[in-house]
Order: sequence, then C-alpha cells, then structure tokens
Amino acid sequence: MLTFEYFLQQLVTGLANGMLITLVAIGYTLVYGIVEMINFAHGDVFMLGAFSSVTTLQALGAQAVKRVANKDQPPIPETYLWLVVALITSMVFCATLNVLIERLAYRRLRRGSRMAPLISAIGVSFILQNVGIYWKGVSPINFPRYIPQIDLVKAFGIDSFVRVTTKDVFVFVVTVPLVIALTLFIQRTKLGKAMRATAQDRDAAQLMGIDINRTIALTFLLGGALAGAAGLVSGLYNNTAGFQMGFSYGLNSFTAAVLGGIGNLNGAMLGGVFIGILGAMSDGYLDARWTPVVIFGTLNLVLIIRPSGILGQDLAERA
Amino acid sequence: MTTSNASGDVVLDVTGLTKRFGGLVAVDSVDFQVRRRQIVSLIGPNGAGKTTFFNMVAGQYEPSAGRVVFDGKSLHGLRPHQITARGIGRTFQNIRLFTNETLLENVLVGMHSRLKSGPLASLLRLPSQRREEGEAREKGMALLHLVKLDQYANEAAGNLPYGMQRRLEMARALASEPQLLLLDEPTAGMNPQETVNMISLIRRVRDEFGVAVLLIEHDMQVVMGLSERVTVLNYGQKIAEGTPLDVQRNDNVIEAYLGRRHKRPGDEEADGGTH
Amino acid sequence: MQTDIRMTPGRRSYVEEPADPQQTRNRILQATAFAFVVAYPFLDLLFGWQALLAFIPMMLMITLALGLNIVVGYAGLLDLGYAAFYAIGAYAAAFFTSPNSPLASVLPGSPFAWMQDFWVSMVMAVLVAGCAGAILGAPTLRLRGDYLALVTLGFGEIVPRLVKNLEPWTKGVKGMSPIGRPYLFGCQFGVDPCEILGMKLKLGMIPYYYLTLIVGAISIFAIIRLRNSRLGRAWAAIRDDETAAQGMGINPVTTKLWAFSLGASFSGATGAIFGAYLQTISPDQFEYSTSVIVLCMVILGGTGNIWGVMLGGLLIQSFDRIFAERLTGWVHKAGALTGDPTITAAFNSFDLLKSRLLVFGLCLVLIMNLRPQGILPNRKRRETALTDLPEDDVAPDEAVMIAGATVPTEKPR
Ligand SMILES: Nc1ncnc2c1ncn2[C@@H]1O[C@H](COP(=O)(O)OP(=O)(O)OP(=O)(O)O)[C@@H](O)[C@H]1O
Ligand SMILES: [Mg+2]
Repeated sequence: MLTFEYFLQQLVTGLANGMLITLVAIGYTLVYGIVEMINFAHGDVFMLGAFSSVTTLQALGAQAVKRVANKDQPPIPETYLWLVVALITSMVFCATLNVLIERLAYRRLRRGSRMAPLISAIGVSFILQNVGIYWKGVSPINFPRYIPQIDLVKAFGIDSFVRVTTKDVFVFVVTVPLVIALTLFIQRTKLGKAMRATAQDRDAAQLMGIDINRTIALTFLLGGALAGAAGLVSGLYNNTAGFQMGFSYGLNSFTAAVLGGIGNLNGAMLGGVFIGILGAMSDGYLDARWTPVVIFGTLNLVLIIRPSGILGQDLAERA
Repeated sequence: MTTSNASGDVVLDVTGLTKRFGGLVAVDSVDFQVRRRQIVSLIGPNGAGKTTFFNMVAGQYEPSAGRVVFDGKSLHGLRPHQITARGIGRTFQNIRLFTNETLLENVLVGMHSRLKSGPLASLLRLPSQRREEGEAREKGMALLHLVKLDQYANEAAGNLPYGMQRRLEMARALASEPQLLLLDEPTAGMNPQETVNMISLIRRVRDEFGVAVLLIEHDMQVVMGLSERVTVLNYGQKIAEGTPLDVQRNDNVIEAYLGRRHKRPGDEEADGGTH
Repeated sequence: MQTDIRMTPGRRSYVEEPADPQQTRNRILQATAFAFVVAYPFLDLLFGWQALLAFIPMMLMITLALGLNIVVGYAGLLDLGYAAFYAIGAYAAAFFTSPNSPLASVLPGSPFAWMQDFWVSMVMAVLVAGCAGAILGAPTLRLRGDYLALVTLGFGEIVPRLVKNLEPWTKGVKGMSPIGRPYLFGCQFGVDPCEILGMKLKLGMIPYYYLTLIVGAISIFAIIRLRNSRLGRAWAAIRDDETAAQGMGINPVTTKLWAFSLGASFSGATGAIFGAYLQTISPDQFEYSTSVIVLCMVILGGTGNIWGVMLGGLLIQSFDRIFAERLTGWVHKAGALTGDPTITAAFNSFDLLKSRLLVFGLCLVLIMNLRPQGILPNRKRRETALTDLPEDDVAPDEAVMIAGATVPTEKPR
C-alpha cells in the first residue's frame, strides 16, 4: 500500500463526510446561537430526513434504481429530476418537523431553567428514533444507488490508487451551494438580520420590534432544511441508513460545532471538515471501532481546554 | 484622609481600583478606605460604577488595575468564597436569596465558611457535627430574630414579601461573621416605614456586631442619617468625599446630580419622598 | 472583633416542624410501604406473584436513581453519562472476583488474595467509581450546565466503547462471567441448597432481595443526612444561584465535585451487586439509554425529592419490567378474542416492549412541558405568599411587593 496515496484517499473521504457533518452542525450552531440550547433531537431529524428520502426515491423511480445499479449504463435523465424532487421533499419535511418540535416541545420552556429544554430535547430524540424504527425497522436499510460510482481520477487517465468518484463530487455539488446560500441569507436579508439581532440580545431585539417567536421558528426551519438535505446526501453517499445514525452523526456534528466555536457559521464548517477528516484518519489508521472514542475524546478535550472553540467567544464565562 | 495615622484601624484599604469593560471604564482608579466600626456610604447616579466597585471588593470581578487590602492583607487573586471566609459579607442589589430554601437554611448557608463538618462527619452524625449543627441553628434563629423574621423560619424564602427578603439577605450576610458588610441599596423598593426600620437595623448591627458597614444608597435620607463618611462616584471616578454635610455642599456633586436627576441631594423632598 | 451574637431568643422548638396531619399521613404511608417491602418475598411466595426477580433489579435501579438525584436534583448538574459510573462499579467488582478477569491469574496466592472476596470488591467498586467521578469532574465542573451535559454524554459513550474494544482485559462484547457471589455464614447467594446451622434451605434469590433492600435503605438514610448537612445546603445554594452561593463562602468546584463523586459511588455499589446478581456483565447494559432511563426516573417523580425519585423509579421500573410485558400480552389476547384475523394481526403487532424508549421519551417531554417539578415537587415553596404579616411591614395603602413584582392592592371605594 502506498502510504501517501492511502493518506490522500482518507483525506478525500474525510472531506466529503466533513461537508455532511457541516450541514448538520449548522443546525446545531444556529439553534444554539439563538436559544442557547443543545437541540439533542437534531441528529434524529437528520435521520428521518434520510428515511424520507428513501421513501420518495423508491416511490419515484424504482426503475431508475435498477438501471443505475446496472453499473456502467449511464443514468436516464429523469434520475436527476427525481433527485431534486427528493432533495426538496426531504428538506421541506425536516424543516416542518423541526419547526413543529420547537413549537410543541421547546417553546414553553424558553424562560425556565436551562435544564428543562435540554431534557425535553432528549425526550424528543427518543421519540424520533422510535418513529424511525416504526418506519423502517431496526436493522439498517439499503439506500438506492442513484449516484453512479465512477472514478474520476481514472477517467482523466491518471493511474493512481486514489479514487475520487462522482459520489464525492456529488456531495460537494449539493452541500457547498447550500452553505453559501445560508450564509448569504443570514448576512444579507432582513430576516437574517433579525436572526443575528436575536442571537445577540433577545430582549433588545424584541424591543426593536422583532418577532422573537417567528425568528426562532425560522432558525429551526433553516436548521431542519439543511439536516434534510444532509439526510439525502449521506444516504446516497454511504448507501445505507439506520435509526441510530442520528445519534452518532448528531454527536459528531455537535462536536464540530463546538470545535469551531458554537454560534459561528464558519466555525461549524471548519469544525465539520476537521471532524470528518479526523474520523476518516482514525478509520484508516487506527480502526473504525476506535473512531467514536477518538471523536468523543476530542469533544471532551476541546470542551475542557477551550470551551469557546477555535473561532468562538468565551461561552464558559458568559454566565 | 491620611493613611499614616493608626493604619491598624483601617479595615478596607483600596488603592487605584479600576475596572474596564471593553472600552467602558466602569470604575476609574478609585482610592477608598473604611475604618473599623464605621458606616460609610458610596453614592452616585445610575451607572456610576458603584456595584462594579462592590463586585471587585467581593471578588466577583477581577480588577483591571489597583489593589484591595482587607484587614492588612491583599485580596489579590482570591475567589469570592475565599474573600467571604476572610470576613467580607455582602448583599445584592437585585436580591439573590435561595428562594426554594427556608429562611433558616438561607442563614445557615451564610454560615458555610464558619462551619467545619465534612460529608463523612455528617454521614456518621459525629458528636462534633451534631453540636456544631445545633449551635448553628441556635445562632441562625438568633439572627432571624434580630431581623424580626424568626416566626417564618421554616417558610421558603421565595414566599417572603420584598422588604422582608432584604432583611433576610442582611441576616444571611451577617451569618458569615463579617468584619465588613457590603450592602447594595438595602432600602431599594421599601416603603417609608420599612426604610426607617432598616436604618435603625443597620445602626444596631454596627453597634452590636462591631462590623464596619459600606453601603450603596440612592435614598439620601438613609445616607445622611447613617453615614459618617460619604464617597461620591460619577462615571467611575471619585468626585467627592467627606462628611455628609461636606458632600451635600460640594459643587461637583450638585452638578453630577443636577445633570442627571434634576434633584439636589439632601433636599427636603429628595429621593425617598419621606420626611 | 465582636462577632458573637448577643441576642438569644427564648427557647423554642424550631428544629422540628410543627406536626401537621399531612406529615402524619406521610409517616403512616412510609411505615406501610416499609413493612410491605420487608415482607415482600414471603407475600410473593404466599400469593404466587412471581415478581421477586423483577423487584431486585427494580430496587437496584431506584438506588441508582437516588444517586443520580444527588447530582441532578441536589446540585443541579445535568449528568447524561451516569451509566458510565455504574459500568465502572460493575467492572471493578468483576475484575476482582471473576475467574475471567486478568487479575484472576495474579491475585490467588498473592498477599492480595483477600481482594477476591465479594464484600471487599464491593467496597472497591464504591471507591473506584467515586474516584472516577472526581477525575471526570475536576476538569469539567467549571463548565456551564449544557456543556457539562455534553461532556458527561461523551464520557458515557466512551466508557462502554472502551470496554468493548479492550477485549484482552474486559472480554469485549461477550462480557465477563461468572462473577463472585456475595455470601453470608458460608452460604453463597443464589446457590441452592444452602446450609446454615445444619439446616438445608432453598432460598432462591431471596438473599439478593434483602441485600438490595439493605443497600437501598442505607442509601436513603445517607442521602437524607447529607441533604440536611452543611454540604447539602451548599448543593442547594449552588443549584439556586451560583453567584450568590459563592458570595456566601461556598466553593462551587469542591461542592460540585462532592456531588459528582458521591453520586458516582452510589452507582459503584449498585453496579457491583447488579453484576453479582446477573452473574454476567457486558458493555450493552451501560449505554446511553440506561443513563436516560435513570434520568427519567429522577425527573418523573420530582427532582430533588427522594420520595419523588423513589416513586418515579417505581413507576418507570414497574412499567419496564412488569407492565409493558403484561399489557402487551393483554392486548394480544384482546385481539385474539375478536376472532377476526386482520384485527388479531394488528393487535399482535402492538409491542410495548419494543417501544419502551418511545414511552420514556414521551414521558420526558410531557413532564418538562406540563409539570417540570415532577409528580412530587420538592417541598416548601407554596402557591401563595405569606398572608399574616406584622403591621409594621406593610402599610395597607402601599403596593405590596411580592417576590420582586409589584402587585397593587385593590381598594374598593
Ligand atoms: N458585566 C458587565 N459588563 C459590561 N458592562 C458592565 C458590566 N457590569 C456593569 N457594567 C457597566 O458598568 C457601568 C457601571 O455599572 P454599575 O452596575 O456598577 O453601576 P451602579 O453605580 O451600580 O448603578 P445603579 O445605581 O444603577 O445600580 C454601567 O455603565 C454598566 O453598564
Ligand atoms: Mg448598582
């Protein structure tokens, strides 16, 4: 095995995974920035996003699945249309779900003790996992192979062990524009400005005439939509989905958000890519069974040594 | 105002104390002294930096510059609980009682640094722990009696009306056996009758416990009636210091107050509206 | 320096609260419950309830919840990885007593052979878990609440995974078995027949029942004493208002550390007994869901109130170990009664055991939103403020300030 090429290969995998983690991490970071709560259920919303994508894709194009699965045949053009439909469905589904969760399980607890919404979120997370179990069963399901796995490095005539496939590219094609769109939305639009104002000082924002409930709902909506997109893309990338994926992805993503400095969008991206690569390296050089230990160990170390993250302000001090 | 004479008599000696919040200088190199058994007031318009000054003395905020010497020893780098153990007790501007606990328990918490029994002694109910606990309860009741709250000893503190909460906070602060008591607006939100009672309570506490009292007040009746010395802060700076009479006549003070409140401190109809 | 108090009030009985009928009723209730629990194994035999085996883990879990209540209820720290300390206790005991443990090849014959004794290993488990609590707590207890929750969650994930991965020592996913049994008068618990004073007895699991009961009773006793001590008051103060507590001379870090460490040591004892009772332990017994179930028990009954915690524990555990199964069975029977194959099938697909976590999740959300104090709230705080105020405190015409808010008194004209 060529060590450097092996390293590059892990890097490619890590980058693609990192982008997925970023999408989920943004949901955590947005919500934490505005209501200062860890939305433990967010990972499970992502999981249900993946499940809903499976359902949509299966309903739309069982036939197309067969053709793509048949390896070298180029996919029929409708496939791409269906992908877009599935993406939008999943985003809408998760956004709605997230807004509903906020309305039903968190809103009343906003002014009370900090522990209450956290515990409620844990409860929601368990409920969603069980919804997942009822929907698709306990064992992991296969995700339709919509995206052909064509090695682009070979396609360009370069002989190397490193494989950069169409799948990797697909991840970037979906995630990067979404992250850019969200950043622009928050920086440029009036609603985005309202979100930032609320994050800084909720009471002051309210005095300025900003509708706090709507702004918070919007935050959950955006976070949910990104989680829905991540659900579809991760399913197509890994070709599998299971009810437990929300918990592990969720923890990875929250670690990423904390690492980058919670409440900070760029930080979530940086943290996401870092955790993605760290995970891939641990998979590649240690063993996959050690990866969770490595990641949770990193999480605990970061929280202990620098709770404000790489790019964040010091939250440990902000009482 | 010279430090040379009988410096052993000075219980709190603050020099050049400064606190910056970003660009804002909330307290600007303030020098300040309190002698034993003295009642001293710190006054000034809203936002003058009075509470910030307290928080630095009590260790809640780390000073940006300057030093605090208490009872001959520097308080530099001490955590708030260590400062309480050294002998500074305090109340808070926005009352901070343990609302779910009973009055007696609140006072017992105040005694924390004077009690010794550890978890093991409590688990085994060692005789020493039982004796200490019994004495602490006796003393706690005595303190509640002092502030006329002993009949509510087993009520939850959160159930008390506002004026009583202020008195309970005072009993709780006294429980730590302080040599210096910091009172942040002890009569805020009180009616005239309660205010008068509070004034005599503060004086009585000084006389009976021999503590020095440093109080922040807006109510000029309280300030003038109680304090031997008054220090005035404005925009973080000390603008006047002296006897209540001196300060009342000081032009800087009149200006600072007129500019902000259109009211002359010490006037007949000043702040509290009492007579 | 005059710091003593001159004023001494006349003799009063302030330490005991005045006896009110509510309290008398509580006493009677407690005594009845206690008598029932002590006599239970015989009642079980007599009436053939066959629930003794459900009761033992139930009581162990309740003891575990009492330990977590110190951390969550008293000190106000959200610990989402409590099962990790439970695991540490269980594995510590197993390490000393199991023939499968790496120590089994070292200890016998060495001067430390006495450590293989169950009772010694139980004490060790308590100490090891307590130390683990302190070691995790020391660097993390400065963090604010939700970050602490996350660190404990991370810790709770790491411990079972380490156990899985460190196979040479822990036997990995297979787990460790058998484990040393407790004994008394030369009689091993759970091994029949048992010979005491020349009598051969068939006791079954009854000795475990009483061991659990005694450990539970000691825990309750210890927790009540701690709660009413200097440390217990410091916990409450830190939970209510950390800044004010510091101002009263309380060191927040050591106070929280004690909560963490004592809470963990309770789970250490429980873990040791649980391992011995099941005779096998494996990492999947100590996962996140275990932590959340115990948390659920604490919150359902009433955070910070040990009677509430016990009630919550009883409800959740009896659901989990007795009613979920029986209820499912009844639903299936009801489906079969209809005689219609589709309805029978539909009823048969109902399985509460599979959805137990769903039930717990719902339970958490509903309690937080509808009754955040739990079923039995933490005493004292009444609905209304004091009414019988002395005259000099409130002038009738003035606005009455209650808990910081102005409530103008209405005056009919
Ligand atoms: N933690 C803080 N961070 C930033 N600024 C602060 C902080 N605490 C106080 N300040 C600012 O410092 C200044 C002084 O505040 P401080 O509370 O000491 O005033 P004060 O004299 O006690 O006023 P008041 O009479 O209203 O109680 C104010 O401008 C306040 O906004
Ligand atoms: Mg102030």
